[in-house]
Parts: sequence; structure tokens; C-alpha cells
Amino acid sequence: MKKMLAMTAALGVTAQAAFADTTQITWWHGMGGANEQVINQIAEKFNAAQTACAITPVSKGTYEEALASGIAAFRSGEQPNIIQIFDAGAATIINAKGATIPAEDLLTQNGYTFDREAFIPGIRFFYADADGKFIGMPFNSSAPIMYVNDEALAKAGVAAPKTWAEFEAAAPKLKEAGYVPLVASQLTWMFFENYFSRNNVQMASNDNGYAGFDGTELLATQPELLAFWTRVKDWHDKGWFGFYGAGWADNQKPFEEGKVAFWIGSSGSFGGLSKTATMPFSADFLPYDETAKDGNKSSFIGGASLFAFSGKPEAENKCSADFFNFLTSTDVQAFYHQATGYVAITTAAYEKSKADGWYEQHPQAEIGIKQLMLPQGEWSKGYRLGFYPQIRVIEEREFNKIFSGETTVEDAFKAIQTEGNELLAKFAKTSG
Amino acid sequence: MTDSLQAIAPARRWGKRSPTPVEPAKRVQFDRPLLPWLFLLPQLAVIFVFFYWPSAQAISSSFYLEDPFGFGASFVGFDNYRDALGSVEYRRIAGFTGFFTVVVTGFSLGLGLLFAVKADKVIRGRSSYRTALISVYAIAPPVAGLMGMMLFDQHIGPFVKFAGWFGWNMQVGINYWDTAFAMILVSVWKQVPYNFIFFLSGLQGIPASVREAAVIDCRNGFTRFRTAILPLLAPTAFFLLIINITYALFDTFAVIDVMVKDKPANNPITLVYKVYNDGFRGNDIGGSAAQSVILMIVVLVLTLVQFRWLERRVHYG
Repeated sequence: MKKMLAMTAALGVTAQAAFADTTQITWWHGMGGANEQVINQIAEKFNAAQTACAITPVSKGTYEEALASGIAAFRSGEQPNIIQIFDAGAATIINAKGATIPAEDLLTQNGYTFDREAFIPGIRFFYADADGKFIGMPFNSSAPIMYVNDEALAKAGVAAPKTWAEFEAAAPKLKEAGYVPLVASQLTWMFFENYFSRNNVQMASNDNGYAGFDGTELLATQPELLAFWTRVKDWHDKGWFGFYGAGWADNQKPFEEGKVAFWIGSSGSFGGLSKTATMPFSADFLPYDETAKDGNKSSFIGGASLFAFSGKPEAENKCSADFFNFLTSTDVQAFYHQATGYVAITTAAYEKSKADGWYEQHPQAEIGIKQLMLPQGEWSKGYRLGFYPQIRVIEEREFNKIFSGETTVEDAFKAIQTEGNELLAKFAKTSG
Repeated sequence: MTDSLQAIAPARRWGKRSPTPVEPAKRVQFDRPLLPWLFLLPQLAVIFVFFYWPSAQAISSSFYLEDPFGFGASFVGFDNYRDALGSVEYRRIAGFTGFFTVVVTGFSLGLGLLFAVKADKVIRGRSSYRTALISVYAIAPPVAGLMGMMLFDQHIGPFVKFAGWFGWNMQVGINYWDTAFAMILVSVWKQVPYNFIFFLSGLQGIPASVREAAVIDCRNGFTRFRTAILPLLAPTAFFLLIINITYALFDTFAVIDVMVKDKPANNPITLVYKVYNDGFRGNDIGGSAAQSVILMIVVLVLTLVQFRWLERRVHYG
């Protein structure tokens, strides 16, 4: 026993000696499961690649919990160096000027060059300010794509649809073959936000919120959107569209079990899905609305990005910059992209994955990036809306009511518009 | 009120030795006036740090509209209260909270009492029955919620299959009342053992002589229970009523959170969950603070009513 204690003490001393000139930084994130494992691997790679800095990733639960923990920590002066913030929370943190050091500044101040053009086009705007300066460092970027049950298609003798009209043509045959034709996870992202981007319809006034928070209003009752949702409701009534609640996994599960023909998920679902799906699957773009005047545009970038909190010592900021630089390196990007299915954020990493032959083995993994490289419409660059996580809660509630028959499509979107605008007005006041 | 003030007043004269033993022996006089405060200090500190200070913060935040990161706050008066109380959604949630509290409290108390009375009568194997009933209390609310979530899962939930045999297409997470049913069932199940323990010990505290006298006076078991046993259980029942209302209002949070999988959508939630949702997920600090102050007032009024009106009817033997 005594010997063991002595050994532990000795180990402790050597460990401390090793840490003496290592700067420790922390990274809070909102990932779990397979994706958390990959985050840990990246941290290990960074720590092994150099000795000056050591990063510790800490999972704070879901994206929303990570944002809430970050805010609480910042208010009490206990903020981590780096925090992962999801798409819907972007406006909240970008608006809090002084809470973060813009990623671009952090890198240039610490001696790195920053080339906006190195990033794939669909990613350049979402986490940037009005002048195009990167506030957040894009990390796990994703696109909503359609996963396809190959068995179901073969059995019903149909092809994967490009437009919703093509889906309507295929749905009866799929239903007859015993499948639920279509299911989607997180309708707020798939059928609301990305309806606007894919079909190039304006989502909010003030240039989708980029031009400022004052007077920004949600345009939730656009006729195109209402017409589309009337169709979705009709599909649900006909048994062509399965709705299993607001939870992500509840809607993914029937697809994994092979009961569903098409599932709209995230490009980032690919890594997990390849382990859980019980049948061969492929992927395709999120279908677009053939009735939209100028459709088939790039989708909004989803997922999350990393922000460097301010109020940290110079040495730690240097480490955060080192880490950001490490993350964008082609090898790390290619590794992350291939391990998770999240989109490669730099053109170089995309080219490397191509050269590796990754897409020949896994053509599904290329869909998200291809969708983000589609031509951008006026309204597919992004949105910047305050209190948006709360607006999503309202959307989820109303969508649920539509499918349970408690409300009509029109009333639901009127409610989203009214309550959403109240929140936006409130946010404009807090930022004023 | 004046009675109680008079009762407190002499206690302020700590330290003064009264020369004549006129005062009742009950009133202890301390030599050192500071000592009792010293003993009280840890408890007072805990109450101050964990209750008064946060409450004061909540009250002050509720009058401000604040940027989530704390960079600026502007005074908005009663706007946050007006927003909350004026919202249709808030009133709907308040209505559900009331319903949920009444139903959960009613069933938890009723079933706890029923089981206690029945277990009190069992002679053979009584301890194993009791252990079986009490053990559920050891389950933490989030775990209870997790079990509920699995039992009522749309795809694999055994309870959903069971309901299907009776033609009930149960859709927890989609249908408002199906979710409400599942939440109430899990919340009641979790609380019954607690009530059971207290009722059982209450029943065992009733002297055998009283029971025997009651048997002589009345042959009907139910009347005997209603007129003799129940009044003697009243102090326990009153205590449990307060505890159960608090449980239904606040402690069911974990059950609800786990069962709606942190995406409430159109599912029923209680006011506490709404405070959390708006404050911690929505980052609306002022609005969420106003809601928690409203909740504080509700609990204050409820407690006052209980102690002023209900407790008068309780006889402490």
C-alpha cells in the first residue's frame, strides 16, 4: 500500500512537471454518442501533435444546454475558452459583442493568415457578420438531406424524387409496398428554415435579419410555405408522411428499422446511421418545391460552429488560435468529415476526400457538401434571428398541432408569425 | 396574528435574568444572547444563500429586459408580467398545471392511504409487502421519467402495445392527452410510496385502545374509519397534502423533462418547466424571472390558505 502511494505521488510529480509549461484550455460542446467520441479523438490528436497546449473537451449535453451553460458561465466569469454554438443560437452569441473574440481576429492576432475563400461557399456567411468577417469558426457543418431505403425503392419500383411532385408520384406505390413513404426529423430545420433556402423564399425582413435586429419580422405566412405545408398535411392524412413527434430519434428509428422509404435527416447522421441501419441505404438532396419560382438552391448551413470566449489570458487565446488553425487543416477536416458525415468545411478537405476515394465507397457522404455547393439564391445564405431557439419551440408546438388536427395550417403559421415577432421585438429591445 | 406577536415579545428579553420565577418554566432564558444565533447561523446562511438571495435576484430581474450575456439591461416595469399573463399559451399551461396538481395530489394521497390501510391489516408477511411498496420511493425522478419514457415509447413501449389491445391508439409525444396520461401515471406511481410510509406510521400511532373502543361503538368498518381513524390521521394527511402539492408543482420537473425528451412541442408541461424552457433554453431571463415570481406568489398564497383555513380543522392530539 505504502509503495503504491509513493508511486502515485511520484507519478503526480512527473505529470505536473510535464504540465508545467503546457497551457490548458477547455472546450465545451453539445455532442453525444458517436459524435462525442470523434470530438475526443480530435482533442487527442491536437494534444499529441504539440506540447505547448492541451485541450480538454467537455460535453454539456445537447446544443441548447451547451449554449445555456456557456451563458451562465460567462455571466459568472467562469467561461471556457471555446464553446460550440448551434445554428439557431448563432444570433444570440454574435449579437453579444464583447463576449467573444471573432475567430478571424483571434487567428490573425496570433500570427495566422485567414483566407475566407478557402471555405466552401455555403459556409462563408452563416457565422459571419454583415461585412463577411468570421465571428464563429465553422466546425460541424451539415445539410438536411434525404436518406433513401434502397430495398423499398426496389420493391416499389420507384426512383428517389428530386422534387416534391415526384415524391407525390412515388408515394402511393411505396405505401402499397408496405412502407411509410416519408418521415423527417426536426421539421423546424427541414421543412421550415430550409424550405426558405432550398426554394429561395425570404424568411425574415431586414435581409433575413442580417441588416439589424430593429424591426426584423419573421415571414412565416409566405404563400409558398403555406401551400407546401398544406401538401404535407395532406400527405400525412393519406398515410404518405409519418410524424412521430418533435424528438429527433423517434423519427429516425423507423427508418433504421427499414419501415420507411425516405427519411430527411442531417448529413451528420451518416456516421451513426451506417452503424444502426438494418438495410442498405443511399442519400439524395432534400427535394425542392417545383412550384417555387426560383428553387433548387443551396440549403442553409446547419450544425454548429466554435466561438472563442473573451476574458481569457493571452497564452490561452494563443492556444485557442492554435486549435482553430489545427481544426481547419486539411487532414483534420478530412478526418472529421469522413468519421461523422458532417460536411468538409474547406475546399481542400473536400478535394482530399475525393482523392482518398472516400466518395466512391460512400457516395452518401458527398450529398451534403454537394447540396451546399448548389448555386446560392438571394435567401439561402443564412438567417440572423434573435431568440430563435424559443421561436423553434413555438414552431414545434404548432407543427404538432397541425398533425394532431388541433389547428389548420394557416392558423398554425399565423401563430408562429405573431408569437415569433413578439420575441423578435423583445430581442431587438435587449440588444438596443 | 396579535397573539403570536405577544408570544414572541418576551423572548426578546434574552439575557435579562428575571429575579422572580413568575414566568412559565417553558420560556428558557439564555445567559449569552449571541449563542443561540450562532447555532442558528448555518441554517440561516443556507436559507439566505439558497433562497432569499436568489429570490431577490429573480424579483429584480423580472423588471428588466436583459441581454442573455449580461451586457445590458433596460428597466421595463411590469412588461414581463404582462407578457406572461397575457399570453394564451401561458394561461393554457397554468390551466394544465392546476389540473395536473389536483389529479397527481389526489391520486397519490388516495392510493397511498388505501395501500397503508390495507397493509396495516396484513399480518402474515407484512414486512415484505411494505418493503415492496416503499422501495419505489428510492427511484430518482429522472430515472422514473426514463422508465416512463420507455414504457410509453411509440415504437417499443409495452404500455402502448397493451393499450392497443383495447383499441387505444396511444401516441405519447404527439397526442396532448395521451402524454398527459403517461406523465400523471408516472408521477403518481413515484409519489405513492412516500405517502404510504407516512400514512402507515400514522396508522400505527393510533392507540389500540381507541380502535377497540371504536369497534364497540360501531360495527361498520368504513364508518369507523371515517369517524375515528381518519380524524386521528388528519395531522399526517395535512402534512402530506402540502408536500404532495409541492411535489406535483415542482418535483415532477424531472419526470416531465425526460418524458418530453426536452422538446415539449405540443405536449403538456407545467409552469416550472416553462420557466426553465424560457430561461435556460430561450435565454429570456427577464420573462423567465417574472414567471418564477408569479409561481412564488402562487405557492405563498396556497401555503397561507392551507395554514389559515385548513389547519384549523386539524386536531393535533
